[in-house]
Amino acid sequence: MGIEEKLGNLGVVTYRLEDVVNWGRTNAMWPLLFGLACCAIEMMSTQAAHYDASRFGMELNRPSPRQSDLMIVAGRVSRKMAPVIRRLYDQMPYPKWVIAMGDCASCGGVFNNYAIVQGVDEIVPVDVYVAGCPPRPEALIDGIMTLHEKIRNDKITDWA
Amino acid sequence: MGFMIPQASDSIQELSVEELRAKVGTGMEIVDAEEHMLLSMGPQHPSTHGVLRLLVELDGETVVNLAPDIGFLHTGIEKNMESKTYTKALVMTDRMDYLTPMTNNMVYIMAVEKLLGIEITPRAQTLRLILAELSRLASHLVWLGTSALDLAAMSVFLYCFREREYILDIFEMVSGQRMMVSYFRPGGLWRDVPDEFEPAVRKLLDFMPAKIADYEALLDQNPIFLERAKGVGVISGEQAVAWGLTGPSMRASGVDWDNRRDMPYGGYETYEFEVPVEHEGDVYARYRCRMREMRECLRLIRQGLDRLKPGPVNIDDHKIVPPPRAELGRSMEAVIHHFKLWTAGFTAPEGYVYQVIESPRGEIGCYLRGNGTNKPARVHFRGPSYVNLASLPLLANNSFVADLVAVIGSIDIVLGEIDR
Ligand code: SF4
Repeated sequence: MGIEEKLGNLGVVTYRLEDVVNWGRTNAMWPLLFGLACCAIEMMSTQAAHYDASRFGMELNRPSPRQSDLMIVAGRVSRKMAPVIRRLYDQMPYPKWVIAMGDCASCGGVFNNYAIVQGVDEIVPVDVYVAGCPPRPEALIDGIMTLHEKIRNDKITDWA
Repeated sequence: MGFMIPQASDSIQELSVEELRAKVGTGMEIVDAEEHMLLSMGPQHPSTHGVLRLLVELDGETVVNLAPDIGFLHTGIEKNMESKTYTKALVMTDRMDYLTPMTNNMVYIMAVEKLLGIEITPRAQTLRLILAELSRLASHLVWLGTSALDLAAMSVFLYCFREREYILDIFEMVSGQRMMVSYFRPGGLWRDVPDEFEPAVRKLLDFMPAKIADYEALLDQNPIFLERAKGVGVISGEQAVAWGLTGPSMRASGVDWDNRRDMPYGGYETYEFEVPVEHEGDVYARYRCRMREMRECLRLIRQGLDRLKPGPVNIDDHKIVPPPRAELGRSMEAVIHHFKLWTAGFTAPEGYVYQVIESPRGEIGCYLRGNGTNKPARVHFRGPSYVNLASLPLLANNSFVADLVAVIGSIDIVLGEIDR
């Protein structure tokens, strides 16, 4: 079952570096422990016992941006909060990804007004948008799987 | 990298600690600027329960003074509500205090009904009460889980969210949404509850007492929790009243006041329940108070279920409540009502009302002014978290910075409601 079955007589496995690194990146993501509004409660549900995000190697949430590689923007981003989010993003080391969770983070949602940034993609680059107000935990997990898919298709030439 | 990184627009600026200090200068006097350290805690901090920023003045490890900097989640909810019809503005209230959408719905809808001068049916009233209490239970579960997590009790968090999931399933069953229910509507409810509702709630009533005992067993015999909760963040009854604390945070200081019993609304006066009061006024007392309140919730829900009689859940006025779907094919009048209601809504008379109810966090009030049109002229909420937060400098004074976390957790704030 394990990798040793593939070793053969020479004791060597050949594989593409691209695939190995991408595989490693997908299965040990450390999200930033950072909730903004209502969606953050659903994010907590995703991590709690019922939906159990640790199945995807994500149980470890880091409160420090310097130790995390995935930012889940869970909630509405106000004008006052926007620079903070940008700074948190800048503090995260590469490679890093962003999931915009919920309608507010994706496009402003029900709040089309003076206070809310109409989509967090105005300030940070977003990889996956998850729709819903709030998205169900299943939807967030689907977003995470989509992100995994995207990472698996990363090309070595694109790595910074 | 292969993509362009957009830059934050120049028009939005971040405050440095110095600027912040200057801005909050009126609210916070720096006691000793030379010797003490100024610490900015948040807005991204795992235990500020949202995006709260605290400017803390520290003498070594002791908190000398602190000022909350709020507004990181300002959403413009009250202003937005003015541009929506009365029914549509309801969706905004869910998103205010997102841990207990049912009570938020309830205070707003009760204000609207007061303005319109309508009485709802008995079945709707009982169902509202049951759902509001379920919501209180769910909110206390989140509070217990997260504030225990702040004090490093991880398993309590996992247990609480497991039970909360069950309550959310009930919400989804009745309203179609787990959190943002918008289930209470002017004149009654969105629709009647399905048949599975009662057995599901009864099942909850059966297993919940044992679960609450489990949480207590995890915390009440946990020396670390007791050490960090007892005698921390003490506030006396007089101070609690003077600072406008409400809800369990106030009742933990020995003030015996609960809007459900003392200013009854929605039929609470006909139910039998106890208002838990504790006297120490510390973090532990606030914890005890909420734990006992969870048991009272169960009692109220059980009584509600026992009284639930079949009957209509909406009033019989299709100027306010949309006609049933089946009637649209049969009656022209129903089509007109339906069309009018979903395009223009109903108009409310001129005047203003104020309605208070007891949310899990304390007294939530809704001021609503109508101007004879189909949209509210002004909506304002008196949010319990906002007022409770004001007492934080008092509660945390002279405590260690590590205890600050326990104190913030114990007053159970929700930033969505503070900033609105
Ligand atoms: S998308 Fe909905 S649930 Fe999420 S933060 Fe916005 S209003 Fe709240």
